[in-house]
Amino acid sequence: MSETFLSIQGVRKSFGQTTVVKDFNLDVARGEFVSFLGPSGCGKTTMLRTVAGFEEPTAGRIMIGGKDVTNLKPNQRNIGMVFQAYALFPNLTVAQNIAFGLKVAGAPRGEIEQRVEEMLGIIKLAEYGSRYPYQLSGGQQQRVALARALAPKPKLLLLDEPLSALDAKVRISLREEIRAIQKKLDITTIFVTHDQEEALSMSDRIVVMHDGKVEQVGTPFEIYNRPATRFVANFVGTLNVLDGTVIDPATATVRINDRDISLDKGAINGAKAGDVLSLALRPEAIVLGKQEGRDTSLGGHIADVSFLGSVIRVRVGLGKNAVSLDTFNSPASPPPVVGERAEISFSSSDLLVLH
Amino acid sequence: MKAGRFWAWLTFALGAAYFFIPLIATLEFSLRMRRGEYSFDAYRVVLGDVRFQETFLYSTVIACLTIVIGVLLVVPTAYWIRLRMPWIRPVVEFITLLPLIIPAIVIVFGYIRMYGSNSPLPFLATTRGTDFLLMIGYATLALPYMYRAVDTGLRTIDVRTLTEAAQVHGAGWTTIIARIILPNVLIAVLSGAFLTFAIVIGEFTMASLLNRPAFGPYLQNIGANRAYEPAALAVIAFAITWGCMSVIQVLSRFAPKSANNPN
Amino acid sequence: MSETTYPDPAAARQAVPPARAEGMRLPLHWLGVAPFFIFALMFLILPTFYLVVGAFQNDQGEFTLANMAALFQPSILAAYWISIRISLASAVLGALAGLAIAVAIVRGGLPKWVRSTTMTFSGVASNFAGVPLAFAFLATLGRLGLVTVLLRTWFDINIYALGFNILSFAGLTLTYLFFQIPLMVVIITPAIDGLKKEWGEAAATLGATQFQYWRMVVIPVLWPSFLGTVILLFANAFGAIATAYALTGSSLNIVPILLYAQIRGDVLHNPHLGYALAFGMIFVTGLANIFYIWFRVRSERWLK
Repeated sequence: MSETFLSIQGVRKSFGQTTVVKDFNLDVARGEFVSFLGPSGCGKTTMLRTVAGFEEPTAGRIMIGGKDVTNLKPNQRNIGMVFQAYALFPNLTVAQNIAFGLKVAGAPRGEIEQRVEEMLGIIKLAEYGSRYPYQLSGGQQQRVALARALAPKPKLLLLDEPLSALDAKVRISLREEIRAIQKKLDITTIFVTHDQEEALSMSDRIVVMHDGKVEQVGTPFEIYNRPATRFVANFVGTLNVLDGTVIDPATATVRINDRDISLDKGAINGAKAGDVLSLALRPEAIVLGKQEGRDTSLGGHIADVSFLGSVIRVRVGLGKNAVSLDTFNSPASPPPVVGERAEISFSSSDLLVLH
Repeated sequence: MKAGRFWAWLTFALGAAYFFIPLIATLEFSLRMRRGEYSFDAYRVVLGDVRFQETFLYSTVIACLTIVIGVLLVVPTAYWIRLRMPWIRPVVEFITLLPLIIPAIVIVFGYIRMYGSNSPLPFLATTRGTDFLLMIGYATLALPYMYRAVDTGLRTIDVRTLTEAAQVHGAGWTTIIARIILPNVLIAVLSGAFLTFAIVIGEFTMASLLNRPAFGPYLQNIGANRAYEPAALAVIAFAITWGCMSVIQVLSRFAPKSANNPN
Repeated sequence: MSETTYPDPAAARQAVPPARAEGMRLPLHWLGVAPFFIFALMFLILPTFYLVVGAFQNDQGEFTLANMAALFQPSILAAYWISIRISLASAVLGALAGLAIAVAIVRGGLPKWVRSTTMTFSGVASNFAGVPLAFAFLATLGRLGLVTVLLRTWFDINIYALGFNILSFAGLTLTYLFFQIPLMVVIITPAIDGLKKEWGEAAATLGATQFQYWRMVVIPVLWPSFLGTVILLFANAFGAIATAYALTGSSLNIVPILLYAQIRGDVLHNPHLGYALAFGMIFVTGLANIFYIWFRVRSERWLK
């Protein structure tokens, strides 16, 4: 287990009466890639800017490499930052932009030239050194911004929604590039995004935020498959929610639509018999009909069928509940017909209890 | 950034001082006509002066007619360019900037030479003709501002769709411009109109060289011969200019925002 | 399945012969902009052209450079020289003061009302030129002006005894600043707005101090706009006459006043010299505006 490089301790940030970040605690290991994920206004950018030093925390402190930097200005923290709007200096060429941090620090000319060449190679824009930002595409500008941030060899890399302003295709290829560069340089990184796909595919760990609070911290696998709160379950991936009545908290039995289902022991501690719980199922956990290995079945009828090409999205009504699931298109067999009876099955262990 | 804010306030204060002291001084001077005490005597004399009333009236009428000429010239042109000939915009814009490059004195000099008594178009041979030429000159001076205001106003309304909708209902060109386009750019036109008014009221060079009894030459004349009245006139002139600009500011708040991004 | 019919190509070809359709369209198009172009031609371009041509003609209508040569006589050169000096002084000083004020209201962290008030006032002040402005400054710094009197009674400083005179080069420059500074504020404020906040933050994360950021990014980015506006201010002052005439009468011999006298009463005894004077003015202001446009295009390209 790597040692902690960045430690955010008890940080709270308020603007006047509004508290934008509430009691944020996080330890990031050296070389780790952590995403702050959440909807607009959840406080993720404010938290990032606090780490960078552009916002002063109302309470708490920030430690980088064991040193308390809470009172240091941004230009004293040895960090690199990439912005959503690229923020390249328009009067400088690509090479001069990349060289900026080193020039400011007073590095000798030879060293600067060598480093710029190195960075241009890493971002694969070796021939573009003498171009100006206005001559580059969005994706190219962002790569230069990344090179500029990394050139002075910072200890921490902060990225504030760097891909949000780019086209979908560029976003995906740049995503992989950023991750590859980050791994190669082994630099501790914080990545802010509202796009769950980005966070899931790039991160070592994800911090899901909502309304200034940390909802959950975990690996992508944990966040997706074991969401701790209703918000996380809803925000990351799609969800089917079923109402279940508690029969026996001790044996963790709930009733959905006249079927009694046993959940994992301890899953509903704290609930009383008769409580109605929200139980969630990912669409990929459900199949039409019966299947070996899936121990629970519920009966209902086909409510809606959408033919999406390779995938057929089926909505199955189960009394007061309903679920959506996808089945693959098979040219040999016709798609389900609306109104006919259907049965769905899933594993009871896939049911998530939402709080 | 405490230090930064201090310098900002200091700069602002110094700037405000530079601009307000002359205005205050002028006001103070204008109140000094009666020896020993402050009074509005200077204003009374000025406002009661027949020549003030005549020249002010003359300039006001000229200003209004200039505005009409300006609107008739600019609105259809700007509209037509937006609708049918967008490629010609740079040329037209360049032309509208010419009055800012060619000083007024040169323009009026050109008029005197070209439209004098012995030219094919002898505007200057008659008084009415000279008045007309003065209005043309003012319309030219106001052209950059009028065009810019109208063009900006047209930009926020979807000219093409409005026109096509009107044509589907059988409207002819005059109807379209007068009853569809003009009302929608009225705010912009009014802004240009008030700016024109401000320019014409105080204008000196053209009126003086064309020998017309406008307000500008009257101001100049008073300044050469009287002591306190010029200050009163300056206050009045500044108040009028300030009034025009304030109206423009207020009007701009009522301007139609683009249908596509209402804010 | 509905029947789709395809247009008969032969019929289409017959319907509107392309050549005739083009011919019909062309005149109608231009009709819309004709009044404007006729106006511009008759009342802007031709009169100017008339003067320019006249500058190179003599009384017999033959081409000559004699008028241009006559511009170089000492009194006229002196007039141009004074004009240039006043325009340059008021342009540079106005630009620097205007820049300081613009930076203060945009970046100074001042309350919102400061900016909107300043912009409104600048709009008014940049149009408050001419005779009333001259009066205002006479009332302020003239022999009996408020400031003159106050300086004498409060601080015992007699500025006129010290050599100052409102009816002079310095006085006129000071007066010109009243419309030059606001013009600068109005033009340069959008450029300062264009300085993205992220540039400053990016520079900070790269280790730069405020001073380094300004030296390496802000000043180079603003420089073309600044220089271009100085040139615009220069042209603005060069063509102004009313203020000077009202303030200094004919005592300060700047070019517009010279031209004014010439138009009025042919004081130079050579009408074509008047044309040459006018041409000289257009040349200077035209050249200045070309530079202004060049600088603006350059700076806009960067700030895309």
